[in-house]
Amino acid sequence: MATEDKNPMPKGATGLGDRPKRKSILDRHKILEKNATLLLACSLLVVTIGGAVEIAPLFYLENTIEEVDGVRPYSPLELAGRDIYVREGCYVCHSQMIRPMRDEVERYGHYSLAAESMYDHPFQWGSKRTGPDLARVGGRYSDEWHVDHLADPQLVVPESVMPKYRFLENRLIDGKYIEDSLLTHRAVGVPYTDEMLENAVADFRVQADPFGDHDGLLERYPNAQVRNFDGQPGISETDALIAYLQMLGTLVDFSTFIPDASR
Amino acid sequence: MARQPEKKQDPETTGHEWDGIEELNNPLPRWWLWTFYATIIWGVGYTIAYPAWPMVSGATAGVLGFSTRAQVAEQISEVEARNAALETQLASADLTTISANGGELYNYAVQGGAAIFRTNCSQCHGSGAAGAKGYPNLLDDAWLWGGTIEDIQYTVTHGIRNEQSPDTRWSEMPAFGADGILSDEEIGEVVQYVLQISGQGHDAALAGAGETLFLDNCAACHGDEGLGDVYVGAPNLTDAIWLYGGDPVTLTETVTNARFGVMPAWSEEYRTAAGLTEAEINAVATYVHQLGGGE
Repeated sequence: MATEDKNPMPKGATGLGDRPKRKSILDRHKILEKNATLLLACSLLVVTIGGAVEIAPLFYLENTIEEVDGVRPYSPLELAGRDIYVREGCYVCHSQMIRPMRDEVERYGHYSLAAESMYDHPFQWGSKRTGPDLARVGGRYSDEWHVDHLADPQLVVPESVMPKYRFLENRLIDGKYIEDSLLTHRAVGVPYTDEMLENAVADFRVQADPFGDHDGLLERYPNAQVRNFDGQPGISETDALIAYLQMLGTLVDFSTFIPDASR
Repeated sequence: MARQPEKKQDPETTGHEWDGIEELNNPLPRWWLWTFYATIIWGVGYTIAYPAWPMVSGATAGVLGFSTRAQVAEQISEVEARNAALETQLASADLTTISANGGELYNYAVQGGAAIFRTNCSQCHGSGAAGAKGYPNLLDDAWLWGGTIEDIQYTVTHGIRNEQSPDTRWSEMPAFGADGILSDEEIGEVVQYVLQISGQGHDAALAGAGETLFLDNCAACHGDEGLGDVYVGAPNLTDAIWLYGGDPVTLTETVTNARFGVMPAWSEEYRTAAGLTEAEINAVATYVHQLGGGE
């Protein structure tokens, strides 16, 4: 079907004025500009190339994360604590990413490795530090400090602007959905084994019980810390959150780790 | 009327025209165009010079061989090399001598110690070292575990009541009420006695009864006079300095449930997370010692 152009271009007009023209790349580009289907096809081609370059490496990411000893999936209690961390929006003010810069390394410790957040879904790198970076907060302070600080940050750090999270102490959790949570993480690639799933609830409870039998827990989750984190009976959200905070950045032994310099 | 410049020719148009409105087709300014081309060339050069393109087993390394990790390692080793002489001296030095002699090493220790304190200690002891409830003030003359520079160094190295260092400073006050050692009445009497020896308002009759209880139960650590004992971390109860509070309610709480203040061991020997080197511990001990309370 042909339509009649009501405003035909003047005969001989090139669209680039009346200068004498060399056949430049811009003239060839005009072919694209005037042909919608070709433009669409070529746009698609360009976007595909860009997309392939950016997205394709994600499919073989296992090759680009260096292998680091010691990194393991979160234990059930730590995972519950991590959920609370996410729920309360801690990431809005706290990053978990020590950048490879001298000032950060000297303040926070060894720069973060990709492998250290490989089981984070979603990762908690953050982009803003109203509060300090927490990537290596594990073991830095005592549990008692965390209890005091979560309950009333200004008690220990008068200049802090952090809100109070005392209510977490009163919210007891029983971990009844923790197995589902592990299963969900397994679905997105975290290597939780069947044994870990079966023992999820038991592991959840025993990690906060210093008198329990936690051999199985420690076998499944090496270096898991077992304590009554908040010093109160029962497992509160404070317990879970402190269990999570106290393990952050502690899994890799940097006295034996040799970084791959080219990354 | 201003004289119109004579038009050499009509402005270029794209040839499109709607209702008499024509679309101009002025060329882009040359400077803009060349800047644009330059950025493209720069971009290509950048991806050649620096790590950029993702390949199968990693990204291209770039011909300059730049790596952020190498850069930070280099920067840190550069600073370490610059400070190596002082660090070595500091690690092996006698702290009392450093403090007494002053000079470059002392200044280095104090300044370095201040930075270490702000990073690692200020969260509990406060950025000005004034402490908080349950976290000792390091500016005053009262020391739970001793205020000489060696005492401070030991405390920083091994911490207090932790499970990290086998040589941690350790003592444990009994929970007199919770463990049923003293009855509520007896605790009330002891509290009145403590109020008396600390020079606060008290009930003389109750305090009199409390004195015997104090000598039987508390004096072993806090001393017959209640002056405390730095060897077991028992605070002086006769001054106005209180870690948790010197009012009757807090004192009752303290005697009933006891307190168990802890401090991490900071030596890298005992820490899973990065700890402090010997030189760093000496620096922070020197810093804390010179804050005002050091003995």
